[in-house]
Amino acid sequence: MGFWLIQGLNGLALGGLLFLLSSGFSLIFGLMRVANLTHGAFFMLGAYVGLSARWAGVGFASSVLLGGLAVAVTGGLVERLILRRLVTRPPAQRTLAQVLVTLGLAFIIADGCLWLWGGDPMPLPLPAALSGAVRVGTIAFPFYRLVVVLIAVVVAAALWLGLERTRAGAMIRAGVDDMEMASGLGLPVSRLFTGVFCLGAGLAGMGGVLGGPILSVYPGLDTDMLPLALVVVILGGIGSLSGALTGSFIIGFIYTFGQALLPDLAYVILFLPMVLVLVVRPRGLFGARGA
Amino acid sequence: MKGFAVLIAAGLLAVPVVAPPYYVNVASQILIAAVFASSLNLLVGYAGLTSLGHAAYLGFAAYTVGWLTTRAGLGHLAAAVLALGLTTIMAAFFGLLALRGTGLTFLMITLALGQILWGIAYRWVSLTGGDNGLTGLTRPRPLGLDLTPPAAYYLFTLAVTAVTLAGIAMYVRSPLGAAVQGSRDQPRRLQALGHNVWMVRWLTFVLAGAAAGVAGLLFVYYNQFVAPGVLALTSSAEALLMVIAGGAGTLPGPVVGAAIVVALKTIVSTYLTRWVMLLGVVFVLIVVFMPEGIVPGLARVWRTRWRS
Amino acid sequence: MTIRIWAVLAFLLLAGSASAQEPIRVGFLTVRSGALAAGGRQLEEGFQLFLKERHHVLAGRKVEVIWADTAGQPALTKTKTQELVERHRVHVIIGPLAAFEALAINDYVKQAEVPIISSSAAAEDLTQRKPNPWFVRAVGTSAQVTQPLGEYAAKVLGYRRVATIADDFAYGHEGTSGFQRVFEDNGGKVVQKLWPPLNVADYGSYIAQIKPDVDAVYAGFAGANGLRFLKQYAEYGLKGRIPVLGNMTLVDEGILKSMGDEALGVVTGGWYAAGLDTPANRAFVAAVRQEYKADPGYYTVGAYMAGLFLEAALRTVGGRIEDKTAFMKALRGLRLTESPVGSLRLDEYGNPVLNVYIRKVERREGRLVNVVVQTYPETSQFWKYDPRTFLAAPVYSRDYPPARHLE
Repeated sequence: MGFWLIQGLNGLALGGLLFLLSSGFSLIFGLMRVANLTHGAFFMLGAYVGLSARWAGVGFASSVLLGGLAVAVTGGLVERLILRRLVTRPPAQRTLAQVLVTLGLAFIIADGCLWLWGGDPMPLPLPAALSGAVRVGTIAFPFYRLVVVLIAVVVAAALWLGLERTRAGAMIRAGVDDMEMASGLGLPVSRLFTGVFCLGAGLAGMGGVLGGPILSVYPGLDTDMLPLALVVVILGGIGSLSGALTGSFIIGFIYTFGQALLPDLAYVILFLPMVLVLVVRPRGLFGARGA
Repeated sequence: MKGFAVLIAAGLLAVPVVAPPYYVNVASQILIAAVFASSLNLLVGYAGLTSLGHAAYLGFAAYTVGWLTTRAGLGHLAAAVLALGLTTIMAAFFGLLALRGTGLTFLMITLALGQILWGIAYRWVSLTGGDNGLTGLTRPRPLGLDLTPPAAYYLFTLAVTAVTLAGIAMYVRSPLGAAVQGSRDQPRRLQALGHNVWMVRWLTFVLAGAAAGVAGLLFVYYNQFVAPGVLALTSSAEALLMVIAGGAGTLPGPVVGAAIVVALKTIVSTYLTRWVMLLGVVFVLIVVFMPEGIVPGLARVWRTRWRS
Repeated sequence: MTIRIWAVLAFLLLAGSASAQEPIRVGFLTVRSGALAAGGRQLEEGFQLFLKERHHVLAGRKVEVIWADTAGQPALTKTKTQELVERHRVHVIIGPLAAFEALAINDYVKQAEVPIISSSAAAEDLTQRKPNPWFVRAVGTSAQVTQPLGEYAAKVLGYRRVATIADDFAYGHEGTSGFQRVFEDNGGKVVQKLWPPLNVADYGSYIAQIKPDVDAVYAGFAGANGLRFLKQYAEYGLKGRIPVLGNMTLVDEGILKSMGDEALGVVTGGWYAAGLDTPANRAFVAAVRQEYKADPGYYTVGAYMAGLFLEAALRTVGGRIEDKTAFMKALRGLRLTESPVGSLRLDEYGNPVLNVYIRKVERREGRLVNVVVQTYPETSQFWKYDPRTFLAAPVYSRDYPPARHLE
C-alpha cells in the first residue's frame, strides 16, 4: 500500500515537472510548426539564471520570474533575428533550416553556460518554507514536490484561460487552426509569433528554475531534458495543451512505476511505449492533428 | 567538369603521400563521416524524411562486427557480411515502424528507436560491455593487405567510400531515385501516377540503413573499439547537421558537411577551447546566409559573381 | 688532425646536451567541453599546481604540456591521443578522465608504446585483466576503496543488512561489487540492489523502494548524481534514519563544496581525504586552497599524483625520458614515501598499493570536510585476496559476484 501511494505521488510530481518543461515546446510547435530543439537548453539556461539570482539573495519566486524573463528575452531575440528569416523559405527547406538552427543554438547555449557558470553541478537552494517533508502516516514525501504539482496545475489553468478568454489567445487559436486564413484576415502574425516564442521560451526558463531544486543544475541537464519534452509532446499529441498536460502525467507515471517494477527496462521505459503509441496512433494519444 | 573530377581524385589519392600520419587519420575520419552523412542524406535530402536516429544503423553494424569478431570468434569477412545483412534487416523492420508517419512523427519514431538501441547497448552489459564498450578489435586484412598503417587504412576507406558514394549516386539517378524525389516534392501526384509512395520511401529507408552500416564497419575498424556513444542522440544529430550544413539533397553536400564538422572537432578544438560554441555559430551562420547549405550556397554565389 | 677530432667530439657533446635540454613533452588528455568539464578543470588545476611548484622543471629539464580536450567522447579521445603521439611526439601521456576513455585508447597506447599515467580512470581491468605494460595508474581502482569499506561496515560498524544503490555503469557496478564481496565475506548481507540509470530524471522512485529495515544504504555515485541523490534522500526523510555508506566520489571534495547538511555523517572509502592530517597533505591542501579557493578532490589529487609519478620516474632515469624502456621500468617500480595521499608503491600490474581511508563527512570551520576515521594501510587492488584467484574470476559487474541474499 505504502509503495503505491508514494510512487503515485512520485509519478504525480514528475508529471508536474514534465508539464512545466514541455508546455512551452507544445505551444511553440502548435502555432509556429517549429520543433524547437533548443528547448532543453532554454530549460537549463533558466535554471542557471535562477541559480545566480538565488546566490544574489533574490527570493525564490522572484528568481523563477527572473529565469523565465531572461529566457523569454533570449527566445525573443532568437525569433526576431533568426527564425524570422526562415518563414519565407519553401516548407521542406524551412524545416531543415529550423532543425539546424535550433540545434546550433542549443550547442551555443550549452557551451555558453559551461563557460559562464563553470561545470560544477550545483543545487538550487529552496527557501525553508518550501523544503522539508510532509508525513502521511509512516511515509514521508518532500513538500516541494507537491508544490510543483500545484504550480503545474496553476500554469495549465492560466494558459488555458489565456488561450480561451483573451483576444491574444483567440488570435493564437486562429493561427494554430489555420495560419494562412488567419493572416488573410489581417491578424498580426509577426507579433503573434514573437509573442508565442517568448512565452514558450519563458515557460521553459521558469520550468528550469522550478525544476532546479529537484534536478540540480549541471551541464548536460539540457540533453537529459530535451528527449523527455519530446516524448511528452509526442505522446500527448503535437501542439495541444491539454494533450501536453495529460501526456506529462502519463509519462510521469510510466517512468516512475516502470523503473520501480521493470528495472531491466529502465533505459528504454520511455521510448518503448513512445514507439508503440506512434506506430498505432501516429498523431499521438490525444492529438487531433498530425505533423 | 571531367578535369575537375580527375583533380579531386588525384588530390584524395595524394593525401597519404603529402600529409603526416595524424592528418591522414583525420582524413580517414572525414571519409567515414562522409559515408554516414551521405547515407542519411538519402532520407533527409532525397526522400524529405528527417531522421534523428540514424546512428542506430552505424552503431548496430559496429557493435555486431565487434561482437562477432571478439566474442564469437568469427573471421572478418563473415562478420562483415553478417553485420551488413543484419543491419539491413533491422533497417527494413525499423522502416516499417518509422514510416507510419512523415514529418515530425517520423523524426520522433526514429529518435525513439535510436534511443532504445542506445539503452540496450548501455544496459545489456554481458552482450555489449556496457559503457566500457567492446575493445580489442583488429582491422581486417583484405587480400592479405595490412591495414594497420594510417595510409593503408586511408586508401582502404577511400576505396570503400568511393564505391558506396557511387552506389548512392546511381540510386539517386535511377528511376527509383527519381520517384523518391517525387515523393518528397509531390507525393500526391506521384501516387496518382501509380507509384507506391510508401514502398519507394521504405526501399530508400532500407538502403540508407545499409549504407550507414558500411560507415559502421569503417568506423569500428578505424577505432578498433565501440562504445554506446556511437548510438547516442548526439551522434545522430551530428550526422543530420553535416547533411543540412553541407547541403541536403546534393551529392557533395554531406561530404563537405562531414569535413567541416570533423575538422572542427579534431583540428580546431586543439586551438580553441570553446569549439562547441563555434560549431553552433557556424550552423547558425549557414542557416542565415546559405539557406540551402554550403555546397548549393557557394554554387549560387559563384554563379552570381560569374554573371556580374 | 687532433684538433679536428676534438672539435668533432666537442660538437657531438654539445649536440648531445642540446637534445637533453629539449623540453619534456607531456600530453594531457583533459575534458573542457560537455558534461564532464568540471572534472577536467580539476585535473588541469592539479597538474598546473604541481608544475608551478616545480617551476616547470623536472629532473633538470623544462616541461612543456600539450592539453587536449576529449569532450568525454571515446572516439575523440582516440583521435586526440593520436594527435599527441603522432603530431606532437609527446614523451608521456597523462589522463584521460573517464574509464571508458582510457579503455578506448588502451590498445592504441600499447601499440604506439607511449608511457601513460592515468590520473583518474578507475576501471578495474586496466590493471587487471587487460594489462598494458605502458600503463600505470596514479589513483586507486573503483573497488580498491569500497572493499575495505565492506570490512569496516561489517566489523566496526556492525551492520548486517545493507541495501545498495548505484549508478548503472561500470564504475558503479565495480564499486558496489567490491563492497558486497568483502561485506558478505565478513558476515554481512546485501539484501537489495538498485541501479538507477545514469541519466535518470529523479531518484524519488528509487529512494521510495529502499527497504525501511536495513542497517545502512551503500550509495555508489559519481558527479552530479551524488549531489542529487543525497539531497533527495534527505528530502524523503531517510537521513538520520538509515545511515549512508558510499564510494569515494559520492562525497568527493570537488562536489562536497556544493552540498549541505544532507552530506553530514556519510561514511565512505577513499584513497584520499582533504581532511587527512599529515604534513604533506596539510601543505598540499593549503596550496590548493590558496590557488583555487577550494579543497582538492579526486581529480585535483589524481593529476597532482600523476605529476609526482612522472617526477619520481624521471629522477630515477636522470631525466632521460627518451629511453622509453628505462623510463617505463622506473615508473612501474616506483615508490613514494611522502605524498598528499600518503606513502605508496606500485604492484606488478602498475596499480598503486596505498592507504585506504574510511572517511566521514563533518563540518569543520564552516565547511564540509572528509575526516579520516580509520586507515587501512598498504591496501592492494586485490584486497586480501590472492591476485591469481582474483584475476581468474570475472571482472566485477552488475551480476558478479552474484547477490545471494536479496530479499
